[in-house]
Amino acid sequence: MDNWKDYRKVFFTLVSPGSLWLVVFFLIPMAFLFVLSFSEKATIDGVISATEYNYVSTFSNYMDAAGWNYLVLLWRAVLWSAIATFICLILAYPLAFGISFAPQKWRPLLLLLLILPFWINLLIRTYALMQVLRTQGLLNQFLGIFGIGPFEMLYNSGAVILGLIYCYLPFMVLPLYSTVERLDKSYLEASLDLGATQATTFWRVTLPLTMPGVITGIILVFIPCLGSFLTSDLLGGPNSWTIGNAIQNQFGSANNWPFGAALSFILMFATFLAMYARHLFALRSKGVDA
Amino acid sequence: MAKQLKPGQGPLDYSSRWWMKATFILVSAFLYIPIATLIAFSFNSSKYSVWKSFTLENYVNAWHNDVIFFALSNSLAIAFISTLFSTIFGVTTAIALWRFRFPARVGFEIFLGMPIVVPEICMGVAMALFFSQTGLMLAVRDLVWPLNLSNIIIAHIAFSFPFVAVVVRARLVGFNRQLEEASKDLGATEWQTFWNVIIPFLMPSIVAGGLLAFTLSLDDFVITFFSSGPGSTTFPVKIYSMVKNPDPRQINAASTVLIIITVLATVLATKFQSPGKSGTGH
Repeated sequence: MDNWKDYRKVFFTLVSPGSLWLVVFFLIPMAFLFVLSFSEKATIDGVISATEYNYVSTFSNYMDAAGWNYLVLLWRAVLWSAIATFICLILAYPLAFGISFAPQKWRPLLLLLLILPFWINLLIRTYALMQVLRTQGLLNQFLGIFGIGPFEMLYNSGAVILGLIYCYLPFMVLPLYSTVERLDKSYLEASLDLGATQATTFWRVTLPLTMPGVITGIILVFIPCLGSFLTSDLLGGPNSWTIGNAIQNQFGSANNWPFGAALSFILMFATFLAMYARHLFALRSKGVDA
Repeated sequence: MAKQLKPGQGPLDYSSRWWMKATFILVSAFLYIPIATLIAFSFNSSKYSVWKSFTLENYVNAWHNDVIFFALSNSLAIAFISTLFSTIFGVTTAIALWRFRFPARVGFEIFLGMPIVVPEICMGVAMALFFSQTGLMLAVRDLVWPLNLSNIIIAHIAFSFPFVAVVVRARLVGFNRQLEEASKDLGATEWQTFWNVIIPFLMPSIVAGGLLAFTLSLDDFVITFFSSGPGSTTFPVKIYSMVKNPDPRQINAASTVLIIITVLATVLATKFQSPGKSGTGH
């Protein structure tokens, strides 16, 4: 690696475009948002202004956000994301395992099959899921053949969790696959040779060895689930709001941007907390990362 | 445990177990049935979710539907322009990080990773606030197409170029710096070395990163939703406003077009990225 001082011109030419862009169009907007979270709507001539804000330097927005209503929304986001993440893990583990033990030439194709839907627009996928789950949708028509239903499958918490799994499953498959692929299979053979059952081998050998992939997968699914508002907005019912919907609402129809900004920072804080948790886990499992 | 194994089936042949296959088939069905249904019904002549007859009329109608047509062409224009800039910024940033020792390097890396980890909705509302406070939200309205989309393009570049940087950096790990030294020893300038040695080596990852930026931009709804001013709608934002629309046929047709473009870009990206992987040691 060169010292930047020896090639100042080259260094600045390479570093400036990206970092300037990020400072102006990411850091400054974030700083705006942070300041706004400590503001309140300005009152001009006794009328609350729609667009002007006063900096108040109090935690009042954060205090409001700690109210029961919003704690429920945050808790719901955490709970649903956790359930969706857990189901993704249970589904993705056998898939990742199956792909890594498949014949070499099949692996890229099988993997592509599972991750391809992830590249398709999130909204289009959610919209497609809605059309399948609708009361007159494909699934109810199919069940109708057997004389069952029709069921109201949309607009409840189950639909939201299903939507989250549908959207984020590939995020779990990829990191799991990459650790299982690197797993030294002779450990498994040794365990089986020494008389351990398949189940024991899985719990005592395979799972601990693939823990880094499991944790990365959990984080990659959990974090976007936590902040998603589209899924609960489109697939959820009246009691399906999560913190994402609350933020959108404050910036939309409720038009209370300072409060929305405070909610955004609470969500960001929750996200960073989740990442810190992963960091701690990663440190602990470093010993087994082959 | 070896009792049910057939000849030629070892205890580690997990991929040939029936439950493994069943999981695979069920999950694939779960992933593909909604998309397949959407594509199939884009050819349906009835607006109800019952199959009537095959028709291409929905595509013609969507093409002639100004609102859908402009939303789709907006999405594509944004994706092209943001890909161009994201690729340039991503490549230069990746090279700088790979080549130079500089103060606060770790801090810079964390800073670069921020748009990847910050929840989309937080970045979206920050953009909405920034653009409305600077007047950019309304100022772009009177510009000519595609400049009237510039606030969306700006936001897209900010969140997609870090991804390009990650992809390009992964390939740079496998670069032999002696090639660079040889080039300079033979009298090439910094600039010539950059164009004739480093860029050709990076080409597969540049293409893969660019295609990644392209699909990220096409895919984005949340940030676009908040940073689009009046009069600049993208296709996902349009679908969002039409979700309760009782007639899904034109949306299905336009969605199918977007799905095909995305899938093509993804398959191409995978193709370009895979040969580079062997060289990086990952």
